[in-house]
Amino acid sequence: MTDNVIEVRGLLKLYGVTRAVDAIDLDIRRGEIFGLLGPNGAGKTTTILMLLGLTEVSAGTVDVLGFDPVRQPLEVKRRVGYLPDAVGFYDHLTARENLRYTARLLAIPRRDAEKRISDAMESVQLADVLDKRVSTFSRGMRQRLGIAEIVMKKAEIAILDEPTSGLDPHATFELLEMIRGLKKVGVAVLISSHLLDRVQSVCDRVALFNHGKIALMGTVVELANKVLGAGHPILVEASGIDIAAALRGVEGVQTVVAEGEGGWRVVADRDVRASVAQRIVSSGGSLTRLADLQPSLEEVYTRYFQEQRHAA
Amino acid sequence: MLRKPAQREGSPFTGLSPVFMKEFADHLSSARMMVLMLFVLAFGAFPVASSLQQLRTVTEQDAFLFLRIFTSAPDSLPISFVFALNFIIPIMAIGLGFDAVNSEFNRRTLSRVLSQPIYRDALLLGKFLGGLATLAVALTALWLIVFGAGLLLLGLPPRGVEVARAACFLVTAIAYGGVWLAISLLFSVIFRSTATSALCSLGLWLFFFLLWPMIASAITLGVAPSQIRSAEEYLAIEQVGLVLARFSPGTLFSEAVVGLLNPETRTFASMLPAQMRGVIQGAPLPLNQSLILIWPQMTGLIAGMIVVFAAAYVIFQREEVRA
Ligand SMILES: Nc1ncnc2c1ncn2[C@@H]1O[C@H](COP(=O)(O)OP(=O)(O)O)[C@@H](O)[C@H]1O
Ligand SMILES: [Mg+2]
Repeated sequence: MTDNVIEVRGLLKLYGVTRAVDAIDLDIRRGEIFGLLGPNGAGKTTTILMLLGLTEVSAGTVDVLGFDPVRQPLEVKRRVGYLPDAVGFYDHLTARENLRYTARLLAIPRRDAEKRISDAMESVQLADVLDKRVSTFSRGMRQRLGIAEIVMKKAEIAILDEPTSGLDPHATFELLEMIRGLKKVGVAVLISSHLLDRVQSVCDRVALFNHGKIALMGTVVELANKVLGAGHPILVEASGIDIAAALRGVEGVQTVVAEGEGGWRVVADRDVRASVAQRIVSSGGSLTRLADLQPSLEEVYTRYFQEQRHAA
Repeated sequence: MLRKPAQREGSPFTGLSPVFMKEFADHLSSARMMVLMLFVLAFGAFPVASSLQQLRTVTEQDAFLFLRIFTSAPDSLPISFVFALNFIIPIMAIGLGFDAVNSEFNRRTLSRVLSQPIYRDALLLGKFLGGLATLAVALTALWLIVFGAGLLLLGLPPRGVEVARAACFLVTAIAYGGVWLAISLLFSVIFRSTATSALCSLGLWLFFFLLWPMIASAITLGVAPSQIRSAEEYLAIEQVGLVLARFSPGTLFSEAVVGLLNPETRTFASMLPAQMRGVIQGAPLPLNQSLILIWPQMTGLIAGMIVVFAAAYVIFQREEVRA
């Protein structure tokens, strides 16, 4: 077997006649962060629930760490940590009591459990609220408590459903850092999200999901090359001369498109920032901004489905 | 194309004991439990106090004086302790069970808990047993209080057989509570809203208490011929009424209680003169005879509990976990 922790073949989920998940194939490799991205209703949560054996599979096979979630859900759930969409805890209990209950369900010996709980809470920076009731926790703290639960479980795979939704930018940043932390200790992470740009930075590979199907799968750069065309996009803001003409004269530049007030989006076959700057300055223009544009998943996504619609 | 549900591996009871322990601890420490206990004390104290008052003045010999604490109704208010229990126990059980499963949905804890190595079986059964244990603790406490009050105020210890009968009564009361706990658990699985679930449980309770006796007698009257010609015919019709009434768990409970606490009870229907031959009126039955008499009622209660729980189980297995 390869180094895949999750292997999905032809996975199908029917709700009546609607195909919530339509015969998808998916591999998650050991130690990577994989993003399952797509709009609401794409079928991400349904896929996740089938991986965990929490909802019936209509057809297809799933292999999680060598176990079949349909027949051996307990084995799967012992090894996989799950942070549901809008996770809830028992509000009348403290964080420690909540985790203790999970530890008992996992049959972790009591003495071990206390140590594991405090270590896990330490790792998500919640050690100071260990004995506070969860009812006092903010949304971000609850999400972190969910991560702590996965850390305590010593899961080999972490499945996080919309972990950043409803979080402010700072809390999102912190949470993404914690997800990177999971990867550092060798956990394979599967993140689902409808906020493509928020999570693209942490994902090693992504799958773009729509209407129950995986439209595209690969690294962000691969997808961008495939959909937006190969090339290196940069953003130029300058004035004083005929910028478009000046830019077109730079070697390697393929396209120049006006973008906003006094801005141009330039795609070249290599990083042309240095020569662009030189050209503008030497021809007497004033350069106000020169930025390397990361390919944006949002853009990849929009463009891809626009093309699909045109093709149809 | 669709495949059959595959055989699953691992015990369905994995994780049962942590769920049970948590539910039990949650119930015992909850404010709701305090309210329920106060409610029970308020409703139970009056009949017990007044029947004790009355029994202290009784001078005639009564072999089962102690059991009369439970069954005698004071003249001022014709409610005995067991009658009070007949309607308090369902309320306690409903109070403990109406939000058992749907509150986990609403707090969004269900999918997180079910993503731990545990089957839904263990979660549901753990919740049921946790509620039943709570109910058992509460009823036993109540039973001990009544017993203690009897000892103090009557000033004589109960005989062994009285203790045994009273203990059987306690078991019956717990089984009766179990039926209503299963019913409220069922509604908590069916309805996502806790208010709807509570309303349905209480509605069913009201139905069995107020409406069902009337419906049963209306049906009985409907099937009865216009003229009853013989005693046998009368008994047959009475039997129809009894069978109908026994669909209500409350009827089963009160019949079982009558059989246990009134040792003279031989039947719950009328007796023909022929059947009465050789029967000494008013002579108490030995305990084992009384147990045989109430056995159908006991099995009825326990079977009802299991059937309703099984229904809740089947529905819960099919439910989607996402909130
Ligand atoms: N219990 C259900 N019954 C019928 N359809 C459902 C049910 N749950 C989800 N769906 C449908 O399945 C599709 C996928 O939903 P979901 O997996 O929740 O999407 P996502 O998580 O990507 O937002 C949606 O179109 C949704 O309407
Ligand atoms: Mg979702």
